[in-house]
Amino acid sequence: MHRDYDITVIGGGNAALCAAMTAAEAGAKVLILEAAPKPYRGGNSRHTRNFRCMHTGPLGPLVDDYSEEEYLADLLKVTGGKTNQHLARLAIRTSEECLPWMRDHGVRFQPSLSGTLSLGRTNAFFMGGGKGLVNAYYRSAERLGVDVLYEAHVAHLELDGGRVTHIDYTYEGRTCRIAPKAVIVASGGFQADMDWLARAWGPAAQNFLIRGSPYNRGVVLADLLEQGVHSVGEADQCHAVAIDGRSPKFDGGIVTRLDCVPFSVVVNKNAERFYDEGEDVWPKRYAIWGRLVAAQPDQIGYVIIDAKSLELFMPSVFPPLKADTLDDLANQMGLPADKLRKTIDGFNAACGDTSTFHPTELDGVATNGLKPPKTNWARPITDPPFYGYSLRTGVTFTYLGLKVDENAQCSSDQGPIQNLWAAGETMAGSILGQGYLAGFGMTIGTVFGRIAGREAAAYAN
Amino acid sequence: MQIDLVQEARRQAEICNACRYCEGYCSVFPALHRERAFADGDITQLANLCHNCRGCYYACQYTAPHEFDLNLPKALAEVRRDSWESYAWPQPVARRFHTYGGAIALSLVVGITLTFLALRFIGSRDGNGFYAVLSHNAMVAIFLPAFLFPLVSLAKSLRRYWRAVGGQTLRFRNFSAALSMVAQMKDLAAGHGDGCNYEDEDRFSHARRYAHQAIMYGFLLCFAATSAGTVMHYVLDMPAPYAIWSVPKVFGLTGGVLLTVGCGWMAALKIRAERNLGDARAWGGDLGFIALLGFVAFSGLMLYALGSTAAMPVLLALHLGSVLSFFLITPYSKMAHGFYRLTALIREAQQK
Repeated sequence: MHRDYDITVIGGGNAALCAAMTAAEAGAKVLILEAAPKPYRGGNSRHTRNFRCMHTGPLGPLVDDYSEEEYLADLLKVTGGKTNQHLARLAIRTSEECLPWMRDHGVRFQPSLSGTLSLGRTNAFFMGGGKGLVNAYYRSAERLGVDVLYEAHVAHLELDGGRVTHIDYTYEGRTCRIAPKAVIVASGGFQADMDWLARAWGPAAQNFLIRGSPYNRGVVLADLLEQGVHSVGEADQCHAVAIDGRSPKFDGGIVTRLDCVPFSVVVNKNAERFYDEGEDVWPKRYAIWGRLVAAQPDQIGYVIIDAKSLELFMPSVFPPLKADTLDDLANQMGLPADKLRKTIDGFNAACGDTSTFHPTELDGVATNGLKPPKTNWARPITDPPFYGYSLRTGVTFTYLGLKVDENAQCSSDQGPIQNLWAAGETMAGSILGQGYLAGFGMTIGTVFGRIAGREAAAYAN
Repeated sequence: MQIDLVQEARRQAEICNACRYCEGYCSVFPALHRERAFADGDITQLANLCHNCRGCYYACQYTAPHEFDLNLPKALAEVRRDSWESYAWPQPVARRFHTYGGAIALSLVVGITLTFLALRFIGSRDGNGFYAVLSHNAMVAIFLPAFLFPLVSLAKSLRRYWRAVGGQTLRFRNFSAALSMVAQMKDLAAGHGDGCNYEDEDRFSHARRYAHQAIMYGFLLCFAATSAGTVMHYVLDMPAPYAIWSVPKVFGLTGGVLLTVGCGWMAALKIRAERNLGDARAWGGDLGFIALLGFVAFSGLMLYALGSTAAMPVLLALHLGSVLSFFLITPYSKMAHGFYRLTALIREAQQK
């Protein structure tokens, strides 16, 4: 692999691969430096499952239509307006032409998964999930002559005179230097660097779980920010959701979700309730609960349901703790038993008429005079066996990233950096200021990956 | 059934059920996602629905080195073989042939030896063609029981299976739905129709599906040829040998070629495929069975080509001997999988 590359892509996920393929198709010689070993290649894209796509009529697996305005309205709702509308519209508008492009590059789609019917119009699901997409892209990239180095750790990009002059990385124990004509950074956020998280968030962050790749440590991001490359987003902002407390520290992915909170009572380690469990349907609340749990002592919560509710939510990856009495459940969970009984008794006493209970709609079955209240799905916890889960904060990604323009180009105070582009999670903060819209990360990665590849190739050729 | 194998498959199925990314690949996942908890019979049924296409393995974000260590194709393959062995009748021989290619080779030697002995000591007083070497009556006396025994044995096994997976009263539409799946080998095409991930990691290819169909249709054609011959002999009073354009010859020749080529292709694929994504312990038995089936077909073709030469008696003994051993070990070899797969697909059609 001793040859001159026109373009080096740092990172090996969806955005990196879209950039590499696009550049290779434009005639550039491309090298991908992926930090992960081959089985873990693909960054957080491995854990994704769909692509949010605008369309004016039925398109591939997508039914009906999903207009630019409706898509943008959905985005504005979740971000609370914290977005760059120009870039957002660019991503949305381009998403429609991406879907056939993805198919041409080996991605296969499948009907909306069971339990996700509400997404059948807006989100195209990858057959086999994100790793299937990543595998297909690596195959296509290989066919296009793209070279890939796994376990290649980029340490430094040298910026000089408004351009990147060379890249230092380690590979197979050796320090290497490469000087491509153009560089595309697509190496994600920094959420797997627990020390950085702790600096930004406070020591509580040490108890967070990282839902995605352990290789997204933000090394390149930090290196570029130190050299004055413009950033977007705040370091203390991250997308975090409440997940099963028994999940692995890293890389637990989709299966660690727990959908039972709306049917439960949630307490902290002192067996006290702290928030309305039934405020809204779970997909609209799981991110709020990530922060709520983070604010509790030891950053942990405990979910308690009874036999009535066991089958109302998607199965969990690990079976729940199970006990015939609340005391026994409290013991299994390490909660003060008398306190828990008191909390549950108080909750049960505040429950009223439950005859209009409806698990999939806001049913208004609420508590009376309880603080905090439970405003929907409030049924007393009375039917043994009782079941318990622990909840922890699971970080999906961080928002701090590289600021880019509509050509995915990075800049510093001296103006645009001539040969540096960014795509994917590492620049997503430009569009997603806060919140998250299912499948939008893959849209940003695909759209801006292709733009970065096109621009870098045009520069290098 | 081996509890540890079922338990490991259950652990993996529970993780799959919380993920569901693979829903579109094959029959296994929709069946899996219908359940919340998996009884032993559910796991057995899932195992027999799995065709080991490996699409789910390569798409899985939880395979080793991830701590969840998912390898569903392997886990199900192990449960599958264990189910065939556990439900087989009679028991003592059941646990040999799936695992050991050597046992299959030995059965072939025994089959051929018995046929030689039959030729030598029974022979034939008159008759044309092959019947000059071994009389038609002697052939029937040997092969009729050898054909009926495996059918009886398989019927007993499948009844045990049906009870274990909670099968209900059979309806014609269950049967036709399952046959349509088998006829197209849909579960080896994957939901996107690009095939399976078998001989070259995550590359999709139809090679295994096509090789399998060559074997299956080749076998069915050979079977049809023999059936046609039986009808012509007994009903139409037209004893062999038959002309080249006769039904038994046309079916037998095309079937024999398909079967020979299919077995060779399948063996080549199996040798290239990653063993650890299937039941590694059954690898020898599986390959031995493919070799035996290929030998049955190839020796049949040779017999046709050289039937009028001096080599005929020897070739006849080799062919009939291999057929004999193939029949006798059918309930205990990979051959049984076809019957179980069909049964599992019928059960799936009932539950859909």
